[in-house]
Amino acid sequence: MESLSIVNVIIVLTIFFVSLGIAAYETYFERVVAAYIQDRVGPDYAGPYGLLQPLADAFKMFFKEDFMPAKADKLLFVMGPGLALFTALLTSAVIPFGDSLIIGGKEYLVQGIEVNIGILWVFGIVALGVYGILIGGWASNNKYSLYGAIRAASSNISYELAMGMAIIAIIMTSESLSVRAIVEQQHGINWNVFYQPMGFLIFLTCAFAECNRTPFDLPESENELVAGYHTEYSSMKLGSYLFAEYLNMFVTSAVISCLYFGGFNYPGMDWVHATLVGLAGETAGHNIATFVGLGAFFTKIFFFIFLFMWVRWTVPRFRYDQLMNLGWKGLIPLAVVNMVITAAAQLSGSPLIGGYIGLAIFLIVFVLLWPLTKPKSRML
Amino acid sequence: MQLTDRSKKTDKRELNLIERTYLPGLATGLGITIKHFFSKKATIRYPEQKRYLGPVFRGHHILKRDDQGRERCTACGLCAVACPAEAISMVAGERQKGEEHMYREEKYAAQYEVNMLRCIFCGLCEEACPKEAIYLRHDKFVPVFTSRDQVIYGKDQLVEDMKDRYNRDAWTKEDMEQMWVKQRIANGV
Repeated sequence: MESLSIVNVIIVLTIFFVSLGIAAYETYFERVVAAYIQDRVGPDYAGPYGLLQPLADAFKMFFKEDFMPAKADKLLFVMGPGLALFTALLTSAVIPFGDSLIIGGKEYLVQGIEVNIGILWVFGIVALGVYGILIGGWASNNKYSLYGAIRAASSNISYELAMGMAIIAIIMTSESLSVRAIVEQQHGINWNVFYQPMGFLIFLTCAFAECNRTPFDLPESENELVAGYHTEYSSMKLGSYLFAEYLNMFVTSAVISCLYFGGFNYPGMDWVHATLVGLAGETAGHNIATFVGLGAFFTKIFFFIFLFMWVRWTVPRFRYDQLMNLGWKGLIPLAVVNMVITAAAQLSGSPLIGGYIGLAIFLIVFVLLWPLTKPKSRML
Repeated sequence: MQLTDRSKKTDKRELNLIERTYLPGLATGLGITIKHFFSKKATIRYPEQKRYLGPVFRGHHILKRDDQGRERCTACGLCAVACPAEAISMVAGERQKGEEHMYREEKYAAQYEVNMLRCIFCGLCEEACPKEAIYLRHDKFVPVFTSRDQVIYGKDQLVEDMKDRYNRDAWTKEDMEQMWVKQRIANGV
């Protein structure tokens, strides 16, 4: 790794502030999307189209009373939201937002840090993210908070297994743990989602569960647990928890786009790159092409953020046993099957056709064997 | 027992294999919500926009004047008698020489008060009035009061302003039906 330069610092800071800004505006868009789906218009008083709403929300949060329960563990109580926010922000470090920028004859990657274990980093930090919730719920000294925290921990652990196995199938095809390598391998429209549609569905479901979003938002199911792990939180500490959730949503959308939808790749990118280089010269053309790729990546991210919200305002919350059944009896076996299919397809020499043949064989066998299973032992 | 004709019988059959994956149900649900996402919004932005309440809405009271600007009320007291909430009270006065341009008949209401805390906006005063003097406006609410002094409305608040005359959009059922038709055409329905 070459020495840190000012350009790297600028890129890192830009990624940091962009993810914060997007997370802030997600809160606004969440409300607008919710309103539109429910035939309302949503917040539109603060500024034009209500665009200053996140600012107003932040002011409101800061000026609220910062209450701390008398018997709470003071240190952990403060640490909880901080940790949640910290882990949410860390993940975006390894995400390749764009190809590279050539400045002064040197090539800089549009990415926080390029490490060869990128996907492990994402996975590790996401697993760490549950500590924010767990510590907050524990430190509150409130049984509902604790219930919420335990629920968050157990659902995260359950769904991480299936998620990890879905990622293993990706790693098999890319033969690298680096997120950038995974993205570059999906050049053009050679996206993983076409190779592993089932893996994508598993990963998406697990991503919803990892973000604690509806239909898996049991840690904060208000009709059972008051507000779950953040029952005792108020003011900006509560704000940090909510903010961390939105940051997670942004990062998860980015990870899904990277792993399954080709990150900054888009159909016809070689032609665009060649045309831009022809028009604006080697350096400027390459840089502009990078920005076009950046646009493609953010379009994908925004689509997935919208999907998160769309699902939230469509699907009701699962029951806890349904959540566990889906995780352990549904997604984990499916993820194993997906792994086997991908491995076989990889060995067969033509991954695309092999993958679909494997999937078809699996579905046929499954449908044929289904009537033989006992109803009680069934998954889902 | 069926209480309404809108109730649907719950389908309690075992889900089949495809339904068990949740995917068809999920797709249907997402389809419904995205349809609503792009549909016309029902919101009326209240303080800026107000819903039209119809020509027969019973709001703020008004004591009408006739075409020449003379008060119609003769203080006969029928409205006060008709009022189920006993909200109306009045003091009659005799018209003096030179006041013919102010009052239509020899007797007039020197004071006319409506207690807005008692009034239930039933409109019986309007029906009882033989002189077509008192009406409940369709286009104006009685505003919120913040102290007890503001509760009793005197003639200064009730008598019609000749510069801003009150006219109902429709006086009869037939008028109203025509009005609805016109509105529907204007709305393009």
